[in-house]
Amino acid sequence: MSTLNLSGRLPARDELPTLAAGMARTLIVPLMGLLVFLFAWHIAARNIDTSLGQFPGPVQVYEQSVNLIAEHNRERTKEVAFIERQEKRNAEKLAKDPSAEVRIRDYTGKPTFFDQIGTSLVTVMSGFVLASLLAIPIGILIGLNSTLYAALNPLVQLFKPVSPLAWLPLVTMVVSAVYVSDDPLFAKSFLTSLFTVTLCCLWPTLINTAVGVSGISQDLKNVSKVLRLPFLTHVVKIAIPASLPAMFTGLRLSLGIAWMVLIAAEMLAQNPGLGKFVWDEFQNGSSDSLGRIMVAVLVIGLIGFLLDRAMLALQKAISWDKNAVLR
Amino acid sequence: MASYSFSELVKGATLNGVRFIVCGHLQNNRMHPQTSTSPKEQVMTHLELTGVSIDFPTPKGAFRALDNVNLKIAKGEFISLIGHSGCGKSTVLNIVAGLYQATTGGVVLDGKEVREPGPERAVVFQNHSLLPWLSAYENVELAVRQVFRRTKSKAEMRDWIEHNLALVHMDHAMHKRPDEISGGMKQRVGIARALAMEPKVLLMDEPFGALDALTRAHLQDSLMEIQTTLNNTVIMITHDVDEAVLLSDRIVMMTNGPAASVGEILDIELERPRDRIALADDTRYNHYRHEVLSFLYEKQRHPATDEAAGPVKKPEVAQDLQDRNTAKAESKAAEAA
Ligand SMILES: Nc1ncnc2c1ncn2[C@@H]1O[C@H](COP(=O)(O)OP(=O)(O)O)[C@@H](O)[C@H]1O
Ligand SMILES: [Mg+2]
Repeated sequence: MSTLNLSGRLPARDELPTLAAGMARTLIVPLMGLLVFLFAWHIAARNIDTSLGQFPGPVQVYEQSVNLIAEHNRERTKEVAFIERQEKRNAEKLAKDPSAEVRIRDYTGKPTFFDQIGTSLVTVMSGFVLASLLAIPIGILIGLNSTLYAALNPLVQLFKPVSPLAWLPLVTMVVSAVYVSDDPLFAKSFLTSLFTVTLCCLWPTLINTAVGVSGISQDLKNVSKVLRLPFLTHVVKIAIPASLPAMFTGLRLSLGIAWMVLIAAEMLAQNPGLGKFVWDEFQNGSSDSLGRIMVAVLVIGLIGFLLDRAMLALQKAISWDKNAVLR
Repeated sequence: MASYSFSELVKGATLNGVRFIVCGHLQNNRMHPQTSTSPKEQVMTHLELTGVSIDFPTPKGAFRALDNVNLKIAKGEFISLIGHSGCGKSTVLNIVAGLYQATTGGVVLDGKEVREPGPERAVVFQNHSLLPWLSAYENVELAVRQVFRRTKSKAEMRDWIEHNLALVHMDHAMHKRPDEISGGMKQRVGIARALAMEPKVLLMDEPFGALDALTRAHLQDSLMEIQTTLNNTVIMITHDVDEAVLLSDRIVMMTNGPAASVGEILDIELERPRDRIALADDTRYNHYRHEVLSFLYEKQRHPATDEAAGPVKKPEVAQDLQDRNTAKAESKAAEAA
């Protein structure tokens, strides 16, 4: 970033080489890396034959992504048409008989790739927010109180390494048993995915927050003691700001885990979302399937990356230490 | 922790006519041959440390850092604590602050035993200890809100915060955060925060220790100026002999640890206001300096400075020593070797 021309003037002649070097580092080098990767992928894909045909290379993946967009647009047009028809029918009914009972039904077409992305995003954010709402307060409490820490640490260590796949059957059964309602606000599949995500992504935030809070310098603790700050003031004015960097490290790890766990859970439990999309394509077994799965893989990666960037942007917005180098 | 009320014990003891021996471990005490308690102090003792000892638990068993520290301080007095590094100065201060609990003995402030930290014993820490996420103003505000939330209105609090920042000449940079101001300015804010609590005792742990000489002189002048108007009771730890003589009413010199205690107490009878340049030629001033130096380097030689090649822990004082007493120091080093 040193080459950013902040003053807005034209670069002087002797600055040009460094400007070029900066451009090379930020633009050209990553671009070269990408090109090399695409080429290697292309060559490798041509040499891998599967029972579903050739492994998809960059070209097939591009074609499939175009297809997926087209499918999505078709589905949307159908939906619009469906809603128009329904509205027209209802309007006619009402014109004949104002007291007639009109029914408004949702369109129930097959969810497209982009619908699945939306579902997965909503689920991952819900699970992540729930996990954070639990992990941050608990992390602060056990960071402040060593007795609580000693009490909870074995549990944390025990549950932290548990794979989402192990939780899934239990969560599914518990949700089915406990969440019984005639007019459910949330789909059971949504809740299952959500709780599985929460259970798996709780730990990094919890542990990092606790470590951040327990690492507050003795001097600041002494300031708080001399002022006799009440517990809540201590938490708000000292514990939270002091542990913010560690907390965000945890949150970013948690969000990454949440996203990975969610895809696995959706695949295994057949819950709507990107994971189900991948699984359905795999079961489909058409010649296009592998290409479409590859599109999903790339999109999953891209979304994971964007989620992390979003957390980083949030951290930069909240962080009090504007000099800290965040990456 | 002792289960009896210490203040009661003190009261009872005095009633029974038992005199507490102040400065239990007097060594070669030329200034106070019998006791350090002048009649004036007995009448108006404000803060009193009696028989303060402390053991720190270590893997090798209890470590007695302080042994039988006794001190009486009158209201408005400025006391300096001086002694070699690691002798237990900070420990004394932390016990008065209530951050450490004495193993035996205790501290009484205005007739009440000190049991926990509180804003009436404000502390200025060596490394400023400002909250880095708050501006100078907000740092002082945190203290003022806490101390005056029932007694001052919002507007009064704002005026009071600004008044205290102006007192330390920080009103021009009130809304800067600690990482945007210099070390000396941070220390000024730390002092403003402590003053804003209107403490009964101001405790300062090497407040200027980390600053360069010029900045330190500025802050010492500011502190003297503030003292003329507020007349606070102050205990200040320092390792700078000039600073101690310039600022103090009394200098308390501590013996080396472990089991450190009060060695000698030196009354500084220089009239105020004191001017550092005028004092540089003052014979009494230089006499006081000499007393402190000879206590530190003759009576309480630090183990580390005994080894000629060993690391010098206190560069300022060591430098001082070399400048003024080169010959003496060299002969001592030769003796030790
Ligand atoms: N919390 C503690 N636990 C154990 N030992 C301590 C503790 N605080 C201080 N000490 C020991 O007590 C002695 C005095 O320390 P301190 O009061 O910090 O010295 P000074 O401030 O005079 O340099 C040192 O030997 C130090 O190691
Ligand atoms: Mg110290």
